[in-house]
This record gives sequence, C-alpha cells and structure tokens, in this order.
Amino acid sequence: MLAYILRRVFQSIIVLLVVGLVAFSMFRFVGDPIEQLLGQERTQADVERLREALGLNDAFVIQYLNFLGRALQGDFGISYRQSRPVADIIAERLPATLELALISGMLAVGLGIALGVFTAIRRDGVAANIIMSTSLIGVSLPTFLIGILLIYLFGVQLRWLPTFGRGDVVDLGWWTTGLLTESGLKSLILPSITLGLYQMTLIMRLVRSEMLEVLRMDYIRFARARGLRARAVNFRHALKNTMVPVITVTGLQLGSIIAFAIITETVFQWPGVGLLFINAVQFVDIPVMAAYLMLISVMFVLINLVVDLLYVWVDPRLRIDGRAA
Amino acid sequence: MSDLPDATRQSTEPMGRLEPAETVRPSRWRSAWDGDLAYSFRRSPVAMIAAFVTVLLVLAAVCAPLIAPHDPFDPRTLNLMNGFSEPMVPNQFTGETFWLGTDDQGRDVFSTILYGLRISLTVGFSAVAFAMTLGVLLGLLAGYLGGWVETIIMRIADVQLTFPSILVALLIFGVARGVIPIEYRDQMAIWVLIIAIGLSDWVQFARVVRGATLVEKNREYVQAARLIGRSGPAIMLQHILPNVLSPVLVIATISLALAIIAEATLSFLGVGAPPTQPSLGTLIRIGQDFLFSGKWWILMFPAATLLALALSVNLLGDWLRDALNPKLQ
Repeated sequence: MLAYILRRVFQSIIVLLVVGLVAFSMFRFVGDPIEQLLGQERTQADVERLREALGLNDAFVIQYLNFLGRALQGDFGISYRQSRPVADIIAERLPATLELALISGMLAVGLGIALGVFTAIRRDGVAANIIMSTSLIGVSLPTFLIGILLIYLFGVQLRWLPTFGRGDVVDLGWWTTGLLTESGLKSLILPSITLGLYQMTLIMRLVRSEMLEVLRMDYIRFARARGLRARAVNFRHALKNTMVPVITVTGLQLGSIIAFAIITETVFQWPGVGLLFINAVQFVDIPVMAAYLMLISVMFVLINLVVDLLYVWVDPRLRIDGRAA
Repeated sequence: MSDLPDATRQSTEPMGRLEPAETVRPSRWRSAWDGDLAYSFRRSPVAMIAAFVTVLLVLAAVCAPLIAPHDPFDPRTLNLMNGFSEPMVPNQFTGETFWLGTDDQGRDVFSTILYGLRISLTVGFSAVAFAMTLGVLLGLLAGYLGGWVETIIMRIADVQLTFPSILVALLIFGVARGVIPIEYRDQMAIWVLIIAIGLSDWVQFARVVRGATLVEKNREYVQAARLIGRSGPAIMLQHILPNVLSPVLVIATISLALAIIAEATLSFLGVGAPPTQPSLGTLIRIGQDFLFSGKWWILMFPAATLLALALSVNLLGDWLRDALNPKLQ
C-alpha cells in the first residue's frame, strides 16, 4: 500500500518536472525577454547587465533549476502585458474560476448520478428515453454554442439572468466570493450550467450503463429475493458497486472542467484564470502562459493522485494487489 | 485483447474491397455493396442520413465558388446598403433578397457559410491526416521495436493524455504566435491551427496501433517476412500496417468530428482562423456581437451548419465503430 502510494507520488513528480521543463523552454526560446523588458533605446552595456542580472548567461540546467526554485516559491516573474507579478494576477483571478468549477462540478456529479440511476431503473420509461436522446445532442453541441444559446434564451429573449461578469462580489481579504450576493448567485447560473452540462451527460451515461450491468448480477436478484426494499437494493447494493469507474471518469472530468472553463469564461466574460490565459495567448504573454500551465498541471496531477488513492479506498480488492506489486 | 486480431481481420475484408475507389470494374462495386459493411449501412437509417448530410456539406464546401451568390471576401461584390438584411425579406434600400440574410458589411450569410465550411473542413481533414500519420507511425515504431523507443513514446503519450487536447492545442498555438513574426501571423494561422490540433490528437492513434502491432508482430506472416530478409520498415509498413488499419479508420472518423469542433472552438476564442479567412467558428464569434441587438441570423445559421456537420460526422463514426466492432477500449 505504502509502496503503491510512493510510486504514484514519484510518477507525479516526474510529470511535473517535464511540464516545468516545457514551461521553462517557452520562457527561454519564445521571444527575447531582453527585447520585452528594454525598449528601443538601449546600449549593449544595458543588455549585458540585464542578461547577467536575469541569469541568462548561466548554463541551461542551472537556469532550469533556478526557474523551478522560484516557481516553488510562487514567483513566476512579471507579466509582459500588465507589468505586475504574475502570481498576484493569478491569485486575484483564481477564486472566480474555482467557484465556477466547484458549482459546475457539483451540478455535474449530483445530477449526473441521479439521472443515471433514474434512467437505469426506469429503463423503458418515456421520461428516461427522452433524457437519453436529449443527452446525445448535448454531447455533440460544442460548449461555446451551449453558452451562446443559453445567453440568447435567458439573457436576450427572456431577460431573466445576467449574461456576463460575476455580479457583485464580497471581498474576504484573500478571497473574493460571488456566493453571498444575489447578483453573484444569479450570474453563476448560466456559466455553471454551460460548463457542467457536458460532464453531466458523460457521468449520466456512464452511471446508467454501469447500473444496467450491475442490476443483472446474481447478488442483486438475491437481495430482491430476500425481500429488501427497492431503494435499499438500488442504492446500497447496486449504486455502490458502480462507483469505481464512475470515480475514475469523474476525477478526470473535474480536471477538464478547469480546462474547459477557458471557453465558458470567454463566452460569459467571467473574470477568472481561463480568460486571463486566453488573453495571454492572444498577446503572447509568456510568463502568464507558463504560470497557468504549471498551475493547471499541479491541479491535474493532484486530482489524478487523489483518484488513484480513492480506488484503493473504494475497492478493497486493490489493497491486496497494491501490496503485492 | 486476445480476440483483437480476429475482429480486425474479419472487418478489414469488406473495407479492403471498398478502398480502391478508382477501379471501375462493376463486379468490385457489386461485391462491396453486398459486403458486411454495406449491409449494415443499408440497415441503418441514421447512418444513411448522417452520410447524406456529410456528403452534402463536403460537396457544398468544395463547390463553394460555383454555388455562392457572390464571393464574400471580394470587396467589389459588396454593397454596404445591403447590411443587416433579414433572411428572405427584401432589403429596404436595394430591394435585394438574401436567403439567410447579410451581416453588417452586406456580406451574404449563405456565401460566408459556404466559404467558412471550406476552411473548417480543410483544417479538420488536414489536422486528422497529420495526427493519424504521426500517431500511426509512432504507434508502429513503439509496438514493433519495443525497448526504450516504446518507453519514450508511450510516456510522452501518457503525459499528454493527462491534459485535455484543447489545452494542448491552445499552448501550441500560443507558442507558435510567439515564434512567427507578426506580419506572417494571419497567413500562417491556418497551418498553425492544423499543426496545433494535429499534435493534440495523435495519442489515440498511437495507443491503438501500438496495441494491435504488439499482437500482430508475433504472427506467422511477420515471422515469415522476417525470415525471407525483409527490412524492419518494410515489415512495419507493408505487412503490419494493412492489418491494423480498421480501428484507425474508426478513430479517424471520430477524431474528425472532434477536430472540427476544436477548430471552431479555437476560432471562437479568437486564436484560430483570422477574420480574413473565417471558418464557421470565426463566423459564430463575429455573429455573437450582433446577437444582443436581435440580429440572430448572423450567428444562428453558421451555428446550425456547424452542429449539423459535427453531429453527422459523429453519428457516422458511431455507426462505423459498431459496424467494424474492433475492441477499441
């Protein structure tokens, strides 16, 4: 068990080092930092002094290690475009993205599992069939189109909900939240549906097919024969045994929710890190791009690690395998 | 995994007969029509409708200069007075009627869709072709050679698979923007898109081809080829490749739908096809600005076209997967 965890942690560190190398190479080889920092009026001496000060004359490996060291301390340099420390910009944008991702994730997991169980139990029902066919269209619609259609319907035609921005936010010092004001909550509705819909359909379809598989098993028939109530059979016996694949997919999908937030944030002009990243790509703001890449990969690697550990917790059989390996 | 080769074998047969499209001998077409694949095609109305829509859209894109009422990117054919014409309603100044209306500069929306479809399909097909070539070659190398080559290729694949492909494409796009001088950016944008989407999508191909190659390389025909002294590249490309192609075909179809959506998404985000060469995604991005003033047609028609294209290619891919039934997962 311990060996298994250590091996996974080791692999995660390798992945992070590789991503760090990619991020660092972007700094080193895309554009010239001297060009960005010094204007047209410069002397060769200025250039040399800055090269020395920035450590650009050191060996590649030394520069890489320095970069990693600074990144570990949360120092990603200065944004070319905003001339402020990247860490500060990201820290002020992160709450918006995390709140959006959290709400969408809860929506996707909660509704996805509920609808999945429903469509599996009422397999031949009219409602279940309607839900299943609607979900097929939901999977084929690109995220940004869903967002635009929602804006058109609820923002332009019905005028019920705000179509851009976060609304009023409450500043808690190190965190700004839109969850405490009415306009903040209203602003969250459309973006979180847009972001969560695709993941919800995926989870729903997965839970449904896993449930159908499990419901055919002998132990379910036996549980019914013992006279257990339908609810106990469906939830305590069947649903529990569908959880391993559901946890894998859900975990990986949580990662992509953060990545897909880029699209949703652009559609709704949501002031989060995704919108920041898109602007950075448009204006080739390398420090912001590199920092975002590192941030996202740390999140992904952590999520993957937690998912792997959750398996072991959910499925006791893996504990024995883990010890043997 | 054990039944993979058999499934692959059976399913390659009818495909093998379909492939030489130039052959005019009627007997070949006859036998292809009677084959398993065509049989399951004739039995599936969904696949037939999807194929019809796909072919229609591809034809429309290819023949765009012939069908389009005017070239939307030739300023000489534009009349600003025609701006914001509603669909099917004669313009209040010029009296001209446009099926799908016009945008702010008087460009016919129908024509821009036809030309946009061209760009979307070009990028989609090229990106998938690029991803397929790269993925199949790397997959063959990894599976056939094994050892450190396999370790390196599959490790890179694993790391890349951790990240959603749209993020990978965005990063490649951002880096390319930094490398390419500003004056070439618009000209190069389409190529950058193709490479970015292609590089973000090769992993699927490589994993499947490697898996199939691992099975195939221990078969008698490969050993026989080796015994008569054929070289490694010849064995990989002429002997193994034809036998691992059918799952590749399925992945390519599904990838095409994903690539078209990825291209539209990137263009929508403003980092894809430039406004001088708008794809469907660019058109939707432009149309979004007019949505709030109630000019819905500038956005809705390109959006509907994109949806029809993505949905029908997706359905075709689903059908092909069920029909060939290679164990993909």
